[in-house]
Amino acid sequence: MATAKIKKTIADKIYDTINYVILSLVLIVVLYPLIFIVSSSFSSTSAVMAGRVWLFPVEPTLRGYKAIFEHKYILSGYANSFYYMFFGTIVNVIMTIMAAYPLSRPDFKARNIIMGLFAFTMFFGGGMIPTYILINKLGLINNRLVMIIPGALSVWNVIITRTYFQTTISNELLEAAQLDGCSDAKFIIKVVIPLSGAIIAVITLFYAVGHWNAFFNAFIYLNDKKLFPLQLILREVLVLSEIDVSMIAGVRMEEIEAREGIKELLKYSLIVAASAPVLCMYPFVQKYFVKGVMIGAIKG
Amino acid sequence: MQTRSMYTRDVNGKGILSGRTRAMGKAIKKEMSRNYQLYLIILLPVVYIIVFHYIPMYGVQIAFKNFRATDGIWGSPWVGFEHFRKFLSTHQFGRILRNTITISVYSLVAGFPIPIILALALNNVEKIMFKKTVQMVTYAPYFISTVVMVGMIIQFLSPQFGIVNRIIELFGFEPILFMAEPRYFSSIYVWSGIWQGAGWGSIIYLAALSGIDPTLHEAAIIDGATKLQRTIYIDVPGIMPTAVILLILNAGQIMNVGFEKVILMQNSLNLQASEVIATYVYKVGLASQIPRYSYGAAIGLFNAVINLFLMLVVNRIAKRLTETSLW
Repeated sequence: MATAKIKKTIADKIYDTINYVILSLVLIVVLYPLIFIVSSSFSSTSAVMAGRVWLFPVEPTLRGYKAIFEHKYILSGYANSFYYMFFGTIVNVIMTIMAAYPLSRPDFKARNIIMGLFAFTMFFGGGMIPTYILINKLGLINNRLVMIIPGALSVWNVIITRTYFQTTISNELLEAAQLDGCSDAKFIIKVVIPLSGAIIAVITLFYAVGHWNAFFNAFIYLNDKKLFPLQLILREVLVLSEIDVSMIAGVRMEEIEAREGIKELLKYSLIVAASAPVLCMYPFVQKYFVKGVMIGAIKG
Repeated sequence: MQTRSMYTRDVNGKGILSGRTRAMGKAIKKEMSRNYQLYLIILLPVVYIIVFHYIPMYGVQIAFKNFRATDGIWGSPWVGFEHFRKFLSTHQFGRILRNTITISVYSLVAGFPIPIILALALNNVEKIMFKKTVQMVTYAPYFISTVVMVGMIIQFLSPQFGIVNRIIELFGFEPILFMAEPRYFSSIYVWSGIWQGAGWGSIIYLAALSGIDPTLHEAAIIDGATKLQRTIYIDVPGIMPTAVILLILNAGQIMNVGFEKVILMQNSLNLQASEVIATYVYKVGLASQIPRYSYGAAIGLFNAVINLFLMLVVNRIAKRLTETSLW
């Protein structure tokens, strides 16, 4: 910036100082709880119980993480969540491209009507009960498909994908392909998709994180514990504090205190382990998420 | 389908369609045959939207009926506004409405300016590394799931082991039962939401700030404007359109308190402050022993209509005042 070359006035120096102080405080306020959780998860049960953890792990152990692997439903929760995330995201991305591409074509006459049909759902909906009646009628209650089909498309992602197609896929390209007798489906597969790596990455990540963190559909429509995604198991452990110690194989401690300790420790390690898949990839893909918000902003 | 049958009848000479309709039918037919592939491609998404979004909208009529599963949505008897009247006259109505509005207005008032301030502050940082670090860290909590977020809140505020109460005890006070006290509920909800979402919310303003013409700043520097003055007179007006749009969108959500987070944070002790419209719909409509579908649907519709109305009103006000609007 040009500012650096010009000698700073006192007012600017004060401004800069206050600015850095505010941002440093923000940094600490956001970072500290995260560090605390991670440190607690690696500490011993007695240190967690006695509140001796402040910043770094105390008496480091992996006991909490061991407890995760010994808990029957946590592992099945992971497996289910991966399943829903994997298949759900595939369906989402395909559906989004199928919706976004025709809507990006200026010569597609129905596009305004269909766009209106899509956009209206962002502002108004039937609500929880009519949707439940529909899902029930479709036989999706307690069915794995309920985690994939009802959320097959996000209108917001269709809009950002369409905006991207409009700006990157030139008309000349389409005309050249059409002259060569290329069908629309072929054009999408051979031209549009290879040119849209960035937007596909963005929507894939948005959808994948959405599936991993999703709670509502599972909460309303699933009641068989074998089908529960991780988030529902987390609810029992973290929120309702329903930890049946007997579910953790290998715990044979008689004293109540030790049991309480393992419960507390399990909560911390579970918070870390449940967020790890998303947070681990986050630093590498941050720019894609930011890009997604930016593309959204153009249209928003 | 319809266009096709119109056309065949026309060809057979038995059509009673006017010339204009016939011309339109031809135009549609022509477009359909030219772009039939695009229609085929978008068919599945359109079917999805109709089934999972418009059929529930059709189903919302049960709010005016007494829904019986055996009779179906169409066959159930009409009762008019009975369910709405019942909801408005229940003794819980005032409390639920107050809780809903309190939580969302509090969220909006406290949560709206913070991402703006954060973006303005970040925009003035010259040390790239520091800027990147702050961005990276403040965006991260956005990816934490609601369940984990509420789990963290409960852990931090726990009277036995929670770090917040340990700090309170360090100063010689009694531990506070945060989750059991109705009066803390909205603050916990709102400030944890800000912790989680403010960084992410600042991205859109940073984008708007990067779009400001740098010559404005250069001219201001030559004229001797301080950084503070430039922030107030260049940056703030520069992000106003973005802020207005987001304000309109948020206003349309004023009655939509996040169901997931509230139901997870709720317990029998804080219910007085934590029952909001969405959780009440869930309880009367789905979770109770005898689910009252119609009553629940009526409350949900009441909520959705107010949201739509609020958004239209704010949009109109914004249009008049700032010439910025959604459409």
